[in-house]
Amino acid sequence: MNELMTVLKKNVREYGMYIALAAIIAVFTILSHGVFISSRNIANLLNQTGYIAVLAVGMTLVIVIRHIDLSVGFLSGFLGAIAAISLTQWHWPVWLSILFVLGLGICAGLLTALPVAGLGIPAFVASLAGWLIYRGALMLVTAATGTIIIPNESFNALGNGYIPDLFASNSFLPGIHKTTLVLGLIATIVFIFGQIADRKRKMQYKFEVLSTGLFVAKLVFMAIILGFISWILAGYNGMSWTVVIMLAVVLVYDFITRRTVIGRHIYAVGGNPEAAELSGISVRNITFTVFGSMGFLAALSGILFAARLKSATPQAGTLFEMDAIAAAYIGGVSASGGIGSISGSLIGALVYMSLMNGMNLLGTDISLQYVIRGLVLLLAVIFDVITRKRKL
Amino acid sequence: MSDNILEMRHITKTFPGVRALSDVNFAVRRGEIHCLVGENGAGKSTLMKVLSGLYPHSDFEGEIIFNGKKKEFNGIHDSEEAGIGIIYQELALVPDMTVYENIMLGHEIRRGMTIDVQEMIHKAEELLRRVRLSINPSAKVKDLGIGKQQLVVIAKVLSRNVSLLILDEPTAALNEDDCDNLLNILRILKTQGVTSIMISHKLKEVLSIAETITVLRDGQTICTLDRQKDEVTEQILIKHMVGRSIENIYPPRTSTHAEEAVLEVKDWSAYDAKLGRKVLNNVNFHVCKGEIVGLSGLVGSGRTELARSLFGNPDGYIVSGDMVFKGKKQRFTHPRHAIRSGLAYATEDRKRNGLILIKSIQENISLANLQGVSKNGVINEELDKQNALNFVNSLSIKTPSISQLVMNLSGGNQQKVSVAKWLFVGPEMLIFDEPTRGIDVGAKYEIYTIMNDLVAKGMSILMISSELPEILGMSDRIYVVANGTITGELDAKSATQEAVMRLATQY
Repeated sequence: MNELMTVLKKNVREYGMYIALAAIIAVFTILSHGVFISSRNIANLLNQTGYIAVLAVGMTLVIVIRHIDLSVGFLSGFLGAIAAISLTQWHWPVWLSILFVLGLGICAGLLTALPVAGLGIPAFVASLAGWLIYRGALMLVTAATGTIIIPNESFNALGNGYIPDLFASNSFLPGIHKTTLVLGLIATIVFIFGQIADRKRKMQYKFEVLSTGLFVAKLVFMAIILGFISWILAGYNGMSWTVVIMLAVVLVYDFITRRTVIGRHIYAVGGNPEAAELSGISVRNITFTVFGSMGFLAALSGILFAARLKSATPQAGTLFEMDAIAAAYIGGVSASGGIGSISGSLIGALVYMSLMNGMNLLGTDISLQYVIRGLVLLLAVIFDVITRKRKL
Repeated sequence: MSDNILEMRHITKTFPGVRALSDVNFAVRRGEIHCLVGENGAGKSTLMKVLSGLYPHSDFEGEIIFNGKKKEFNGIHDSEEAGIGIIYQELALVPDMTVYENIMLGHEIRRGMTIDVQEMIHKAEELLRRVRLSINPSAKVKDLGIGKQQLVVIAKVLSRNVSLLILDEPTAALNEDDCDNLLNILRILKTQGVTSIMISHKLKEVLSIAETITVLRDGQTICTLDRQKDEVTEQILIKHMVGRSIENIYPPRTSTHAEEAVLEVKDWSAYDAKLGRKVLNNVNFHVCKGEIVGLSGLVGSGRTELARSLFGNPDGYIVSGDMVFKGKKQRFTHPRHAIRSGLAYATEDRKRNGLILIKSIQENISLANLQGVSKNGVINEELDKQNALNFVNSLSIKTPSISQLVMNLSGGNQQKVSVAKWLFVGPEMLIFDEPTRGIDVGAKYEIYTIMNDLVAKGMSILMISSELPEILGMSDRIYVVANGTITGELDAKSATQEAVMRLATQY
């Protein structure tokens, strides 16, 4: 028990987010008499989180290298409209329009990086220009038609569809999505073995690790959480394609940031750009890479959002960039650079979207919703700064 | 009992897990210049932070008696009010503001709603006279040399009517002229009734100015030496500081270098377009395999510019001339090209542009050579950790684990991490800019030993240093830089400090 308290105190920043998320879920569940935690709502919540979480992942890296990208909201809306146009007016196949839009996204990101990396223009200004330009572009391409309805079922499945149940059966656990359960089980097993291997390695190099008792408790706790989530999802339609894509993005980016050379370089540039440059890292190339990835993720977010609405609207993407920035900060990214994790920004996005979802369920007035979202963001950042100070 | 302006009694200050000060007693006589010496981490700065109120009185045990009265400071404001002024290592000036604005910052003189500029300039002039600085109070601080900036800081502190002035390593970044000047100012202030406490690593300077010297080691007062009663020499001070006597400050070198040059630079010039002037002018020099070449010169002479222009030119100077490295003509356009070819550069300011302070030892050590611990762009954690661990052991970096953040290490250990980072690159030549700046005597000796080991293995070192004894003690040959060009080459065996200084001030 003593160890638990010291561990909690030491890692209050990391665990704080999980605790906050749990608290928000608990409060909304009670206030909504259980509707919040229902399978249907959780599925809905995760689908809503998808397009913001994807942006927040990219934004985290942008903030890690001490920049910001305001253009991604309308870029996402604009690229969603391009996807819709290529499907309905040019009659392109789905795969081609998706690849095309993702490619455009990368180009747009690199374009934003050009004045930033090349001339040292603040990213705030460069991306504000992008914000205006993409907003105009979105209005322009939707001017003739207004909202573009997308009739393509397979495209719309990205935002609304669910993975098929390979083990469908009417006799065993009817109404439960078995494939989702199996995936949950696999994820749990992979997680547990990964943790055990990681702990062994840490002990080998004399890193501080949890005592065996606490470590087992942590594993059991996480296993229960993972199991619970898959159970809830399985209770509705199972895992949605949006969730699959979101998790894939998070896992890939988490791997890149923690285990690859380019990940180390990104964090080095964020931690001390001058030292990074003098260590042989090209700050310019890293800036291009990170903004390029941001553009790619903005395109993905645009596709997810258009698919979810089954249409492209002239307002798509409004304030997405702010939601993504808020999620990244709630997730613990540091404005002074070099600190911030992908898993953190996923949790940040979940916290932020849970608030929105929960307040919508309760019928909270929209004006009050904005105030509460602002206060939560402020609290999260204050909490972050205070816990960081204490560590030093 | 003599007249003490300050007495600190039984001061104990603990941080989580560390006892930074234990039962320290420290007394300063009115009107004296008192030096506080000790290794890094001995507790000097902590003691001064206790005194300044940065750590409120509830945070430590013991009592502070200032001007005969017991004081409980709850912040810098309280101690300033009482007449204690502190000057930290890092200059707290706003570069884009003028001298007088900086001096009066936070204490602006008002006339009605507006600022009385005339009165402020007048007051600033008066203060500048006290520190013997004849500059225009309306000049911008960023246009002043670092020595003058240091004096502006002192003027700023004096504006608060201080009777006790505390200086935390005021001369660390100054060249010898500016140092002498600063010490003179302290003597002048003494005649004006200001008592000074100075923390310094430079023992010569301590011996030239101090009337009383207090030595701290491991958070305890080791002794207080009165220059009038006790015999004090550098050797004695070092013995008290490290708790053992170091016979030689510079370890003996057994290896000899080859005649073959690893680096040859001819007619090397660099133009800085931002400053609009030539920073280097027709530089010619060479470094042999296995040789330590000292590069001496005053701050601003172009030493660091030379190193950076060779090491991939990150400042974008317009460069002309020839550089032959390992027998091949080279002109590196990014540090990574230099590194790949076997040239490394450990920067002069490890905190600003050498290390990533918020990252771990492990991540810093492999930063410049991640290819060495990765395959297809994916890092092999095992290899990375093992590699870091090897360096921690071989360079005896003192740390609980390799996951420790570099910012939590002492100056000497940070410097070793920096060395480890460059050794892992496996360079044939290392440009080592100020290898021992801001690190204590014991760690200096270790760094020197490492340097000797490296050249014995065939590496070459170009050592840039402001410390003349270090240049003379460690180098095989010495080049002296002044005003962007090399003014002379000396053999280290026959060179003297005076000879180097003469060349360094030659224009």
